[in-house]
Amino acid sequence: MLTLTNITKSYEHQPLLIGVSFSMDAGETVCLLGASGSGKSTLLRIIAGLESPEAGRVLWDGADLAPTPPHARDFGLVFQDYALFPHLTVFDNAAFGLRMRNLPKSEIQKRVAEVLDAVNLRGFESRRVTDLSGGEQQRVALARALATRPRLLMFDEPLGALDRSLKEDLLNELRAILHRTDIPAIYVTHDQEEAFAIADRILLLHEGTIVREGTPAQVWNDPQSAWAARFLGVGNVIEGKFRIHAKRSEFRIGKVETPFGIFEIHCEHGHVDGDYVALLLKPSAGGTRIQAEVEDVLFNREQFKVTLRGGLVVQLDEAPKVGSEISVAFRAECLGHA
Amino acid sequence: MIMFHREETKDAKISAKEAEGGGFVFSRFIFHHFDFALRSTPVGQRKPSSFIFLLPALLFLAVFFFLPLARILALSLDASVLTSENLLRAFRVFRFTFYQASLSTLLTFLLGLPAAVLFARFDFRGKSLLRALTAVPFMLPTVVVAAGFNALLGPRGWVNLAFSSLRNTQHATLEPFPFIGTISAILVAHVFYNTTIVIRIVGNALAHLDPRLEQAARTLGASPFRVWTRVTLPLLRAPILAAGLLVFLFDFTSFGVILLLGGPQFSTLELEIYIQSMQFLNLPMAALLSLIQLLCTLAFSILYTRVTTRALVPTAPKPSTARPPKSLREKIFVTAFCLLLSAFFILPLLSLPLRSLARLEADLGQRGQVTYGLTADYYRELFVNRRGSVFYVPPIEAARNSLGYAAATVALSLALGFPAASALTRPNRLTKLLDPLIMLPLGASAVTLGLGYIITFNRPLITDYWSLNTGHWSLLTSPLIVPLAHTIIALPFVIRTLQPALASIPERLRHAAAILGASPLRVWQTVDWPIISRAVLAAATFAFTVSLGEFGAASLLARPDFPTLPVAIARFLSQPGGLNYGQAMAMSTILMSVTLVGIILIERVRLPGSGEF
Repeated sequence: MLTLTNITKSYEHQPLLIGVSFSMDAGETVCLLGASGSGKSTLLRIIAGLESPEAGRVLWDGADLAPTPPHARDFGLVFQDYALFPHLTVFDNAAFGLRMRNLPKSEIQKRVAEVLDAVNLRGFESRRVTDLSGGEQQRVALARALATRPRLLMFDEPLGALDRSLKEDLLNELRAILHRTDIPAIYVTHDQEEAFAIADRILLLHEGTIVREGTPAQVWNDPQSAWAARFLGVGNVIEGKFRIHAKRSEFRIGKVETPFGIFEIHCEHGHVDGDYVALLLKPSAGGTRIQAEVEDVLFNREQFKVTLRGGLVVQLDEAPKVGSEISVAFRAECLGHA
Repeated sequence: MIMFHREETKDAKISAKEAEGGGFVFSRFIFHHFDFALRSTPVGQRKPSSFIFLLPALLFLAVFFFLPLARILALSLDASVLTSENLLRAFRVFRFTFYQASLSTLLTFLLGLPAAVLFARFDFRGKSLLRALTAVPFMLPTVVVAAGFNALLGPRGWVNLAFSSLRNTQHATLEPFPFIGTISAILVAHVFYNTTIVIRIVGNALAHLDPRLEQAARTLGASPFRVWTRVTLPLLRAPILAAGLLVFLFDFTSFGVILLLGGPQFSTLELEIYIQSMQFLNLPMAALLSLIQLLCTLAFSILYTRVTTRALVPTAPKPSTARPPKSLREKIFVTAFCLLLSAFFILPLLSLPLRSLARLEADLGQRGQVTYGLTADYYRELFVNRRGSVFYVPPIEAARNSLGYAAATVALSLALGFPAASALTRPNRLTKLLDPLIMLPLGASAVTLGLGYIITFNRPLITDYWSLNTGHWSLLTSPLIVPLAHTIIALPFVIRTLQPALASIPERLRHAAAILGASPLRVWQTVDWPIISRAVLAAATFAFTVSLGEFGAASLLARPDFPTLPVAIARFLSQPGGLNYGQAMAMSTILMSVTLVGIILIERVRLPGSGEF
C-alpha cells in the first residue's frame, strides 16, 4: 500500500509541503482536506509522479516509486475540471487507458461497457465529451479512471465545478462505487461536507503540514486547533488569557478570562499563567452562562442560527426577537495557543 | 490587340533574374491579417454607417483591382489560349509549383515543430530575442533575403570564396558548394521565411494547451511518446493544419525567392506568369496561369478559413506552461536547438552587411594588385553613373524612386483607408457585406496584379480625351502606376490597423467631450486623434515598408529608368562582376536597415497600443 515519508516541496521559493507523511490501508478512502493553496493538489501530483518532491519518498509496498514514471505507476487520477480528451468520444475517453495497456479489443469493449454502466452512462458511447453537461463529464472522467482498475484512485476536487444537488448525488454514487470496487482512494477537497461524506479518514492539511488526522467523527468532535475548528465550522472559537488555578494545577485545570466571561478548562497543553489560548465554545447546560443581545436571526432549516452581540453563534429551536437579551450556557474546550 | 509598349518591355526583360515576388508582400499581409484577427474584435458602438466613407476605397478597388482581374479572366478564356498544348504546359507548371510548395512546407515543419516545442515548453535566457529573430525574415523583402543567402552561399559568397581560397584555385567561378540556382536554395529560403508561422501558430497553441490533458494521459498509462501521438498532436490538429495551409500558400505563391535563388528553370506559376508576360509577351498565356493561380489561392484561403473557424484547442487557465529545462535530455535539446536556430537565422542576415563592406576578389577588368579587405567602394559606386552600367542613372536614384513611391503609397492608402476604416467600425448589413470585398486583395499575388495592370492600363482609360490632350500618355508608362499597385496591396492592412483603434473609442467619450463644450473639430482633436495616432503611425509605417520592399508588381510595372530599390538589387544580382555584386550587397544592406527600422517602429508603436485601447 501507499506510504509517504517526509514529503517536502516548495513553490516559487515558498515552502508548500513540509515533511508530509502518512500511509494508507487496503480499501481505505482518505480525504485530504485543506484550504485552497494548501498544497493538496501538489501532493496528489507528487504521488502520481507528475511532479517530484524536493525531499521525502513515495513508497508502494515498501518500494520507492521515484524511478517509476507516471505512466507505469498504475494510479488513477480524476482531475479538477476532468481534463477529458476533447478530440475523443465518451467511449474512446474511457478506453484510453486500456488501449495504452494494449488490451485486446473484446476486453476493451467489455470493460468500457462495465464502467459506463457503473457511472450510469450507458448509451453515451459515441457522444462527444464537449457536448456533455458538467455532471456527465464528471462521470466520464470517473469511468476513464476506473476502467484500468488502478491500484490507487486519486480525486482532485472532482466535484468543485458542480452545483449543490448534483454534488450530493454524485458523492453518494462515488461512495458506493468506492466501497464496491475496494480500490484505495485519496480524495482532495476544500469542502468539509464532501470530506465528511466520503472519507474513512480525514487528513487536515494546513500550512504544508498535516495538523489533524482521524475519522470524520474524531476530527469534528476534537479539532485540536483553533484553525481546524474555524475551518471545519465546528462552533465558536474565541481567545482569552489563561489563569492558573494554583491549587488545582496538578489536574491541569485552569480558568480563562475572555471578553465573554471566565471559562473553566481542562487541558493537557501545559499552559502557564498569562498565556493567550484559543477556546472552542459549545452550548452546554452545565456551562458558563452568557447574557447577550440578539443581533441577527437566520432561518436554518430545522433550527434558527442566532448571532449574539460579540459574534457568538448558537442554534436555537425557537427564534428570539432581534434586540432582545437572552442567556445561553457554554462549555469551553481548549484549542491550544492562540 | 494589346498595344503594349515594346521598347519598355525589351528593356524590362533584361533578365528574368531581376524580378521579385509577390511572395513577400502577399505573405506578410495574410499573416498580419491572421494576427489581427486573433487580437482584435472591433465592436462598433456608433450610428449606422455612411456608405459615402466607403465609396473612395471601393471605387479605387473597382478600378485598380477588380477591373484588372476581370481583364485577366477575359483574356485567359480566349479560345486561342485554351489549346491542349497550353493547358498541358500550364498543368506541368502547376505540378511543379505544387511539388516545391509541398516539399518546402514539409521542411518548414521539420524545423518549425521542434522550434514550436522549444518556445512553447521551455524557458531559457534570450528566449524572446531568439523568437524575435526567427520572425525577422518574414518581414524582410525577398530581395534582401535572396541577397543574404547570396552573400553567404552564392558563388561570390563567404563560404564559396573561403573554400576557393583554401584550395588556392584561380577560378573564382568554380563553386565548391553550388547553392544558388539549385532547388535547395529555394527550399532553404522558404524554410527561412516561414518557420516563424509554425512557431507562432502551433507554438502558441501548444503553449496554451491545457497541460492536464497530457498529464491525464500519463496517469492512464501513456508513455511520453504516446502522449505526443495520441493526445498532443491530435489536439493540435487545427493549428497544425492552419499553419501548414498558410505556409503552403506562401510557398505556392512565392516569386522573388524562386526567381532570385532558383532561376528561370524552376518554373512555378508566379515565375511563369512573369516570364510569359515580360519575355515572350504572351499575355493570354500569362493570364491563363494567373487564373489558375487565383483559383488555387482562393481554394487555399477558403480551406484556411474553415480550419481556423473550427479550431478547438482546450486552453489552460495559466498563460503559459513553459519552464526551464530540467533533465539532461531537455538541456541538450534546448541548447542544441537554440544554437541551430540562431545560426540559421543570423548567418544570412549577417553575411549581407559584412559582404557589402568587404572586397574579397578583383572587380571585373581590374588588373594588377588587388587590395582585399574592408572597403566602402560599393556604397560609393552607388552614386556614380557609369557608362556600361545597368542603369542610365546613378544607382542611388533607385532609392530615391522607392522613397517617392513609398511616400505616395502612404498618402494614398491612408487617404482611402481612413474613411473606409471608420465606416467599417460601424457594423451593419452593408459593411458586413463589403468588409470581405475590401480584404480580397490580400489573396491576390503581386505578379498577377502587375499583369492585370499591364493588360488594363496599356492605353488611356478614357481614350479619346487623354489622347487628344496628352498625346500618347497612358497610366502604364507613368511612374504613378507603382504606388497605385502598392496601395492596393497596403490598403487591407491599413484598414485592419486603423479599424480596431477607431472602434475602441467609446461614443460616450465623444458625447462627454461635446457636453463639456468641445466642437466637433475639438472632439476629434482631443478625443479621436490622441487615441488613434499610434495606429495611424503603425499603418503608415507598414504601408511605407511594404512599398519599399515590394518587388513582384514593381518588376512588371516599374519603368527601366525609374527602377525601385528591389528591382535595382535584382538587376545587380543578375549581372556579372564583383562590382555589380558588391553594389547589390550594399543596396540590400540599405534596404534591410530601413525595413528593420520600420519593423521596430511598428512593433514599438503597436505593442503598447493594442493592450491599452
